Amino acid sequence: MNQITNQDYSISELLACVASRMLEDNRAVFVGTGLPMIATMLAQRTHAPNILIIFEAGGIGPQVPVLPISVGDSRTFYRAVAASSMHDVMSMAQGGYIDYGFLGAAAIDAYGNLNTTVIGDWEKPKVRLPGSGGANDVGSFTWRSLYIMRNQSTRTFMKKLDFITTPGYLDGPGAREKAGLPADCGPYRVITQFGVYGFDEQTKRLMLLSLHPGITVEDVQANSEFEIIIPEHVPFTEPPTAEEKRKLQEIDPTGMALGK
Amino acid sequence: MPKSIEILKEGQGELLGWHDPDENRAWIRENKTRGLVDKRMSVEQAVSQFIKDGDYLAIGGFGHIRVPMAVVYEIIRQKRRDLIMAGKTAVHDIDILIGAGCISKVECAYSFGHELRGLSPAGRRAVESGQVKVAAEISNSGYQWRFLAGMMGIPFIPVRNLMGTGTFEKSSGKVIRDPWSGKPVAVLPAAYPDVALFHVPRCDKYGNAQIDGILVEDFELARAARRVIISAEEIIDNDEIRRDPDRTAIPFFLVDAVVEVPFGAHPTLMPYRYFFDEVHIKEWMTMAKTEEGAQEYFDKYVFGVENFDAYLEKIGGLRTLQMLKQIELLQRPMTNAKAPQE
Repeated sequence: MNQITNQDYSISELLACVASRMLEDNRAVFVGTGLPMIATMLAQRTHAPNILIIFEAGGIGPQVPVLPISVGDSRTFYRAVAASSMHDVMSMAQGGYIDYGFLGAAAIDAYGNLNTTVIGDWEKPKVRLPGSGGANDVGSFTWRSLYIMRNQSTRTFMKKLDFITTPGYLDGPGAREKAGLPADCGPYRVITQFGVYGFDEQTKRLMLLSLHPGITVEDVQANSEFEIIIPEHVPFTEPPTAEEKRKLQEIDPTGMALGK
Repeated sequence: MPKSIEILKEGQGELLGWHDPDENRAWIRENKTRGLVDKRMSVEQAVSQFIKDGDYLAIGGFGHIRVPMAVVYEIIRQKRRDLIMAGKTAVHDIDILIGAGCISKVECAYSFGHELRGLSPAGRRAVESGQVKVAAEISNSGYQWRFLAGMMGIPFIPVRNLMGTGTFEKSSGKVIRDPWSGKPVAVLPAAYPDVALFHVPRCDKYGNAQIDGILVEDFELARAARRVIISAEEIIDNDEIRRDPDRTAIPFFLVDAVVEVPFGAHPTLMPYRYFFDEVHIKEWMTMAKTEEGAQEYFDKYVFGVENFDAYLEKIGGLRTLQMLKQIELLQRPMTNAKAPQE
C-alpha cells in the first residue's frame, strides 16, 4: 500500500520525520514502541537534544542505545535518570508533567476518539483487540497527544466507532471537561500515510493541515467515512531531508520498525 | 452541599477482586504471618498450596518483562481451571494460560496483544468464541491504581481518566462529584488479587525480594494481593538483604512462598540478565494459531518435560541462554530478536 512509489523515502520514514518535527526540545514525551520511539530518537538526535523521554512502565529520561521492543524492556531505562514505576509516571502524567504522548489505533472518528478494544460488538466481538493498555491514560493525561495511523481508509476513519477506548474530543468542544477529564488537553495531530491533520478550534473535528507529496485532497476524503475539514490552502508535507534519512538509518539499521 | 455522595455514572463491568476493607484487614490479621519463617519450597508445592481453581490471579512484571514463567508453566501442568486473570498489560502469560484452558474470565487493560509482535492468537480465539469472558475493561494506570487502593487499605481511589469513554462504561468504576471542586471524578474500587506471582533477581529464604530496574506496578501489587509467590534467579543470604535495605522492593511478611528458579522468566526478559527469546516467543505465536498447535506446544514444553531445567535444555540450553545474556548486555546485536512489523 505504498502510495508514494517514485520517491526516495518510504512512508514509514516520512511519518517518523513528520512526527519528530512536532516534538519540541525541553519537553516531556510519553513514548511507545515502533514509529513513536523512532520519531522521538530522531528528534533527540536533531532539533531536540534535551527532550525528556518517559515510558509508562517506569523508565524516565533514558539515553536509548538501540530500539526497545517493549515499553518495559531494559532499553527503556538504559542510562536513564530514574528506573521508576508505573504509579510514579502515571501520577506525573495526571499531575500535568507530560507534554506529548503518542498513540496508534485500529480506528478513529472525526473527534479523534480511538478504538483499540473490539471490532464488532463488545459482548461478542468479531475481532478482539488488545484493549486500552496505556492509551486511555495517554489520551486523558498528556497535554497534546499525537496519533500515528499508517492505515487510513474508510474502515479506519469511521463515522461511529464500535468502541471508544481512548478519548479524543468525545462529541465536541468542552465535552472532555464536562465528562471530568483534565482541562485544556487532547489530540493535537494525526499523521497518516496521506497527510497531517489537526483539529478545528470551533468544532474540534478533524481538519487537514498538509498533504504528503503526491497525495490529493480527493485521496484524503475518499479514504474517510466522515467528512474531513479541508481549508482553502493546503501545503505539502516536507519530505525527509538527507540528514534525517541518515539518522533514521542509524537509529533502526535493521528496519525493525521502519520495515526495510 | 448534598449529604450523600452524588453518583453521576456507573460502569457496567463486573466488580472483581474487591473486598470490604475491614474484611480484608481481618483476613490479613488471621492469615499473613509476620514471623521470620523459611518459605523456600518447590514450584510444585507453591502452586498446589497457594493457587486454587477460581482464584483471581495477577502476575508481576510487564508484557514480556520479568514474568514468572516457571510458575506459569506449573499452573498449566497442575491444570488449574476457571482462574480470573488481571489483564494488567498481561501478554505472554495470559495468552499461554488461556491457550492451556486455565482462565475463564479477564479484566482487561491490555490482554490480547504481544505489543509489536502482533495480536495474541490463543487469547483472541478464546474471547471471540466465547470460551473466555472479558468481564470488565480498564486502563494500565487504572488497574495499577486499583492495586494502590488495595495496598493502602482504602475502599476506592479517585482518578481523572477513563471518563467519557467505552472503557469507563465497561469498567467497574463509578463517576462521582468531587466534593471539593464540584467536577466529575472517576472512582475505582480497590483490588485484592487472591494470589500474585513475581519473578525477581534476588530474594532471601524469608521472602525479602530485590528488583533491578523498573518496578512497573509490582510494589503496589505485592502489597494488595492476599497471597504472594516469589520466584527468584537466586536465593541470597539475609545478611546481603540487610546490607542494602534500600533495595528491598517486597519485604518478607508479604510473601508466602519463595522458589529458586534460575532463568525462571524465560522466554521473557530479565533486566541485566537475559533478553527476550524471540525465537521461542515466535514458536508459541505460530503454534498457538490453532488449538491443536497450542496443545502440541504444551505437550512439548510443559507436559513433556520433567521440570524447568529440562525445559531449559529443550529451548537450547546454555548456548541459547548465553546468547540471550549477551544480547541483554548489549554485547551482541538483536539479530535473534527481530520483531515483525506492527
